[in-house]
Amino acid sequence: MMHATVESSARPASGEARARPLLSLSGISKSFPGVRALNEVSLSLYPGKVTALIGENGAGKSTLVKIMTGIYQPDAGEIAIDGAVVELPGAHAAFEQGITAIHQETVLFDHLTVAENIFLGHAPRGFLGLIDWSRMRREAREVLEAMGAGHIDPDTFLRDLGIASKHLVAVARAMSIDARIVIMDEPTAALSTKEIEELFLLIEFLKSEGKAVLFISHKFDEIYRIADNYTVFRDGEMVGEGALAQTSQDAIVRMMVGRAVDQIFPARTPNIGGPLLTVSGLSHPTEFDNVSFELREGEILGFYGLVGAGRSEVMQAVAGLTRTSSGTMALAGETIAPQSAADAIAAGIVYVPEERARQGVVAGLPIFQNVSLPSLGRISKSGVLRLAEEFALARTYTERLDLRAASLSQDVSTLSGGNQQKVVIAKWLATKPRVIILDEPTKGIDIGSKAAVHEFMAELVADGLSVIMVSSELPEILGMSDRIAIMREGCMVAIHDNRGLDAETLVRAAAGIGS
Amino acid sequence: MIRSLARQREIWLAAAIALLIGFVAIRFPAFARPANLMSVFNDYSILIILALGQMVVILTRSIDLSMAANLAFTGMVVAMTNAAFPTIPIPLLIVMAMAIGATLGAFNGVLVWKLGIPPIVVTLGTLTVFRGMTFVVSGGAWVNADRMSAAFISLQRGWFLGLPVLSWFAIAAIIAFYLMMTRTPFGRALYATGVNPTASVYAGIDVGRTKFLAFCISGMVSGLAGYLWVSRYVIASTEVANGYELQIIAACVIGGVSIAGGIGTVGGAVLGALFLGVIGAALPVINVSPFWQLAISGSAIILAVILNARGEKRGGRIILKKAEAT
Repeated sequence: MMHATVESSARPASGEARARPLLSLSGISKSFPGVRALNEVSLSLYPGKVTALIGENGAGKSTLVKIMTGIYQPDAGEIAIDGAVVELPGAHAAFEQGITAIHQETVLFDHLTVAENIFLGHAPRGFLGLIDWSRMRREAREVLEAMGAGHIDPDTFLRDLGIASKHLVAVARAMSIDARIVIMDEPTAALSTKEIEELFLLIEFLKSEGKAVLFISHKFDEIYRIADNYTVFRDGEMVGEGALAQTSQDAIVRMMVGRAVDQIFPARTPNIGGPLLTVSGLSHPTEFDNVSFELREGEILGFYGLVGAGRSEVMQAVAGLTRTSSGTMALAGETIAPQSAADAIAAGIVYVPEERARQGVVAGLPIFQNVSLPSLGRISKSGVLRLAEEFALARTYTERLDLRAASLSQDVSTLSGGNQQKVVIAKWLATKPRVIILDEPTKGIDIGSKAAVHEFMAELVADGLSVIMVSSELPEILGMSDRIAIMREGCMVAIHDNRGLDAETLVRAAAGIGS
Repeated sequence: MIRSLARQREIWLAAAIALLIGFVAIRFPAFARPANLMSVFNDYSILIILALGQMVVILTRSIDLSMAANLAFTGMVVAMTNAAFPTIPIPLLIVMAMAIGATLGAFNGVLVWKLGIPPIVVTLGTLTVFRGMTFVVSGGAWVNADRMSAAFISLQRGWFLGLPVLSWFAIAAIIAFYLMMTRTPFGRALYATGVNPTASVYAGIDVGRTKFLAFCISGMVSGLAGYLWVSRYVIASTEVANGYELQIIAACVIGGVSIAGGIGTVGGAVLGALFLGVIGAALPVINVSPFWQLAISGSAIILAVILNARGEKRGGRIILKKAEAT
């Protein structure tokens, strides 16, 4: 099965000056309500070559992968395989065209065996159309051995394998369906150094088999190690492509961050006081280690880093949502050790989570009940809610945020995304906090609402509140923060004053590129 | 939006009950007389009380299958206590019943809260355990009328302000639950926990503790119902209320309490129980076999679930639903 692929699609890796792309995307655009995710982007993948797709968070990489695998339909543009235009109306169509994606967390089935996972949906049939188990096992073993993964027993249950071996099974599945285009979306995120080496051997094998590989990673050392070509995305546009051998890391970083100034941030004169929140040596068994920082009164402290750098985890610990293994915290000189969100809220620290739908609003409850949710203790007397006071509280804070709603009794889920965000912020302000932690406050909202949120942050600090802003958007980090803390792989890398700081310095520090 | 839908459904359910009564009254006018309707309410008072307890649990995305078994055990203990010590005043016995019931409920709650076992598994287990305990304490023997004191039997049969005392128990429970659901932080926490547990944790609500307290409440009303049941039917046995948990859940579901949690009102649960009550009372009158009764209440449950599912789909935005699922 697999050998047929080698003969049909493998081309001489060298010699031809201009190989024909196996897959080419051109003029692909995709919009979601309020957000333009991709704007006329193009991408070419060549047989026997690894192309790295590089870009900041929110650059549109995941959207493109979903278009390539038939999950999203592009609003405009063409997808061509071997020069012929194809339609991918669904995941199955992409599968038929030989496109397969291997994700961070593999989408295989833990309770099935390796062989069943490899052949799910296309198992060899025998007598009466029943599954031919012995042939399935034999072919599974052949595929695994061809990949140099003969140590994996086809009869093992997938749940008993490590993540690296699961990747091998995912690749074996790709091989068994004659996949010609393999997309690897941050495959190394959860792997150890040794496992990454094994994965690279596997990618070399895919190259030698003539597959076209799309490799998505944030880590520059990996990209230079394994990829041949690169394509850089920024804010949903393709801003550069070429051969990696002729391009320096600096040039790529510039492509990633350089942008037209189309966002204006509120001008403010910081009035920064003494230290308010002091965190020292905060550690977690698995997520972060020895994190120390200080938040001063009336300050916006930005936290920058790649996804998975541990920023949200640190903030959740500060807000009493997760336990720590060691370290201390003090608020205005008094030691605090919040054991629950309620403790932190009472002390004056609130955490506004990133995922609005899942962690923010309580859909199904009216607006005013959403606003009062963390303040219920304060607005009740001997265990009885004072409804008039509850309503007044909601009115005060939603008016302050200029919320557009017909009535405060309407269900919060009937509001637009931007207005839901306002309800979430009103809810936290109503607790009268001293420290407010905003995790990706403008992720996924339109430009107009973003500006409103930024304006509002400026007002908060002007009122004497202190803000910690976790953000992966460079313009936001640079435009709003007084100081910027950078985290990488669970550790604090540096804290800079935001004076004359440029985006490249931040990206280098966050990605661990030596200067 | 979801709220107003629920309210609408309560109106529909009330209309359906009125229609049913009217339909029977065409042939048998006596059925619609206030005295008869009052006796239907009285007959189903225990179901109303139990449905309210069950609703609180279902709101938190849990379920309590052990309520009827809890009722049987508590009823047995209370009846045996009365038989052995007839001088203990009845109000004290009622407090004791509620305390025993709440303790059994707390046992369910701890397993759900601290060990994270799915509520359906926990209460399926304790259903059997509580029935077994009933057998152990009684040795399989019955406690019947001649061993119960006169006060024990007559209290809930007495009349007060024109209504049987048993009905007053249900009315008191309705008022207490209504106040709890709408006027206390705990009531709000029940809804928030059911609709969006993650957001509730961030808002400082202890989701596990809320579930635990919900089970304590369902246990407590089971205990109360235990006394009411054995004194009304004047028998305590290991078979008391066998299978009744399904009636309790049916009342909630028909009343628009969403099995997915977070949606449900006191009015809905009460009307759900009354709907079953009117069907139960009407069918013998129009000479339909009791076996049909089961089929009809079963159909009502399925119809209610279909209506609920459609109502919820319209209420929430699809984008948010997807985000929830991932």
